[in-house]
Amino acid sequence: MNHEAPVARTLPSRLEGIDRSLPVWVMAALALALLILLPLGWLAYVSVSSESGATLAHYGRVFTDPHLQKALWNTVVLAFWVGLASLAIGAPMAWLSARTDLPGKRVIRGLMMASFVTPPFLGAFAWVMLAGPNAGVLNKLYRALTGAEDPLVNIFSMPGLIFVVALYTFPYVFIMIANTLELIASDLEEAASILGAGRLQVALTVTLPMVAPAILSGFILAVLQALALFGSPAILALPAGFHTITTQIWALFHYPPKVEMAAAFSIPLLLATALLLLLQKRLLGRRGYASVGGKGGQRRRIPLGVWRYPALLGCLAVLACSIFLPYGILAKAAFSRAWAQPMTWENFTLGNFWFTFFQYSSTQSAILNTIELGIMTACVGAGLAALLAYIANRKLILGHQLLTFLALAPVVIPGVVLAVGLFVAYTRPPLLLYGTLWILFVAYVTKEMPVGYSQSDATFRGIHPELEEAGRILGAGRLRILKEITAPLARSGIIATWCFIFIGVIRELSASIILFTPGTKVISVVIFDLKEEGQFGAIAVLGLFMLAMTFAIVVLMQTVLGRDFLGAKE
Amino acid sequence: MAERRLLTIVMAISGAVVFAGPAFAQDARLEAARKEGKVVWYTSLALPSAEKVAKLFEAAYPGIKVEVHRTGSQRVLQRVMQELQANIKNADVLHTSDAGHFVLLKEKKLLMKYTPAGVEKFPPGFKDRDGYHYGLRATVSVIGYNPKVIPPAEAPKTWKDLLDPKWKGKMVTAHPGYSGIIATHVLALVNLHGWDYFKQLAQNKLMLVQSAVDPSGVVASGERPVAVNGGDYTFAQTKRKGNPIEIVYPKEGVPLIVSPTAITSFAPHPNTARLFTDFIFTREVQQVLADSEDLYTGHPEVKYPADKPKLHELKLLESDPDELERRTEEIRKRFVEFFGA
Repeated sequence: MNHEAPVARTLPSRLEGIDRSLPVWVMAALALALLILLPLGWLAYVSVSSESGATLAHYGRVFTDPHLQKALWNTVVLAFWVGLASLAIGAPMAWLSARTDLPGKRVIRGLMMASFVTPPFLGAFAWVMLAGPNAGVLNKLYRALTGAEDPLVNIFSMPGLIFVVALYTFPYVFIMIANTLELIASDLEEAASILGAGRLQVALTVTLPMVAPAILSGFILAVLQALALFGSPAILALPAGFHTITTQIWALFHYPPKVEMAAAFSIPLLLATALLLLLQKRLLGRRGYASVGGKGGQRRRIPLGVWRYPALLGCLAVLACSIFLPYGILAKAAFSRAWAQPMTWENFTLGNFWFTFFQYSSTQSAILNTIELGIMTACVGAGLAALLAYIANRKLILGHQLLTFLALAPVVIPGVVLAVGLFVAYTRPPLLLYGTLWILFVAYVTKEMPVGYSQSDATFRGIHPELEEAGRILGAGRLRILKEITAPLARSGIIATWCFIFIGVIRELSASIILFTPGTKVISVVIFDLKEEGQFGAIAVLGLFMLAMTFAIVVLMQTVLGRDFLGAKE
Repeated sequence: MAERRLLTIVMAISGAVVFAGPAFAQDARLEAARKEGKVVWYTSLALPSAEKVAKLFEAAYPGIKVEVHRTGSQRVLQRVMQELQANIKNADVLHTSDAGHFVLLKEKKLLMKYTPAGVEKFPPGFKDRDGYHYGLRATVSVIGYNPKVIPPAEAPKTWKDLLDPKWKGKMVTAHPGYSGIIATHVLALVNLHGWDYFKQLAQNKLMLVQSAVDPSGVVASGERPVAVNGGDYTFAQTKRKGNPIEIVYPKEGVPLIVSPTAITSFAPHPNTARLFTDFIFTREVQQVLADSEDLYTGHPEVKYPADKPKLHELKLLESDPDELERRTEEIRKRFVEFFGA
């Protein structure tokens, strides 16, 4: 990550003293600080407050209540196994796609991107129809083929939950490892084979140690995802009679709400994610291998020989589980009267579409709300992220390192926890945002800031400051340079950031589920509402609509960027 | 055909409303409602039914909109309370299946006293003695099963039959922490068989869903062949759509759930709220609830489908709203303790 070395870059800006642009930078920094510190401050405050003054009683109850303890333990189990499963799927696929002559790599990358952007709760919902122990299509098929009594998979169970969550988490591991493998030159591996090492030996003793940090940090990333997830456990764990931390926090909001308990219960989750992220940073920071880091050197493709097609088949099998099967069953449910019955003419209907879009009065306003929030958040978020990344890259104000830290900090705040903090912060004067779209907007901007920031950061790293310096020499002010030189250069990067944030917003569920009011529902919340009432057809219709919107944005982004979403430049 | 029926209903209703009472006062109220333009309805009535009632009202009073916010009874209460905490006054009319909610809301002075036209003929169980809330509809909680999977001869006949270990992994329950129907159901059965009943039931590893509407779908799909609770109307409706479902009215008695409706004391559209409340208690709308939604109502002139048992033929387990309100925390806590979530 730390490639910036040129000292020359920092000098002019340090020496320029105070200029008129300073207020802009300071305002941006303050806005960020407010966004993050206000909800977290309130969260901490509420977790220790009671009518009779400060107390640790809420923490006491959180750690002694057997039900909450169980939820805590379930979350640990879930996150750990999701991490491992994601590695088991993601690492081999990354290696195959980066270092071998696997056929159909473009298709695989494309599908990988599709599972990356699929909202996990939609996947979980689809898997209810695929692998419900009795009515699930796959289990019925299995019974018909084998005559067995017991189901092949029971999706309403811890292993089922781990499986489904891993299906939509492994792309993180894939990206992490594939991108690292792309950076490692083959010289060392070749040297080893010249010295007589077998293929396996090369892989284990040369390649593996070089990607080890990426593997570990991919694992941590997957664990973080699993910790923060709300939708999938709500859909798969609750019917099986168990909670995770996130669903438990949500349940604590039911009437009569126990906000203090929810706040106290949020803190361990917050600490766990912070700790994991710290660990990941350590691991990546220590990456001192000379071979990683440049794009120099050649990367030789390892021939798979007879294993080419079996390997391809393996990859496609995984992607079938995350894409083909779920999308297929969603499409079937959208067009049928009874999703569990065979697709016949009698079972065919367009009624679900009619009901969802024209009869169900929440749909239209939810779609409008979602689009409105998506656009607002993407514009403000991308703008703010660009400003912040610019400040940090050009070292424009004192304490810019702190700015980087703050911008990335929301990564450790799970959506549910952020929502609890925002709920407490904005349900009281002077800022009464609850009940308006603004509270969702604030939540989304905060939640998407790390993504936006890292995207913008990468953009500005790619723009050498010499052009800006030329502008300075010719007498232009910072703001004018930003507008006339930097912004045009950064345009495609900023558009990509915009798209990333937009996609993040339309799939957001875990914060929205706590912050919505009936007038401010978004699509994901409507889907969750429908789920609680068992309206499968309508959920399928809305789910497909959401996917269509997502893919439209992805296509737009790829057109603008001229490359694929995950960074491949074939 | 369906449209013509709708038209007749609408005409009948608007006729009934317009010509009832002094025309002048009615006109003034209608004018005031028109100015308000809409009514916000927080309701736990199953989604398609709620949307249908809203469409009927909008057809009867063109230009006035009904904003339907449908969710589970407990979520309705949670929303209202959470909003009030943030000083948001959004809801005009509240309707849930947890009569205890209305005890609580009345106590907190959050309800407006209003007696809808025509409810004096309703049975006592549908009327609040202080005149704040009235039962819009009623249902009984029953057992449902899938006859394709379970031959009728082997189907459970009583609540106690469900404790048989042979049903292990084959049953589904809705959640009292979401549904008022189920909260009432649990209270009625606790009073009948004690908490031990639920403790034993939980040994059979039930699938947990949220809404009292959902078990019928789960049974129809075959995911679990037996539902241990759920409103009879949802089973009847699912069956009418051609799904394999049979309803069992257990001999020990069936919990009766009367779902009240009331106007809030802070209603932002009070005139429309009154107009709407009168509307949903007209014989025509109550008949719609009975015909197309298979619900029971308190209206004495409503006719029911021939194959639906009459309420007076059933042994009913009635619950006291005050007790429901008092024990709501206990019900949820113990249910979670036994069933896990």
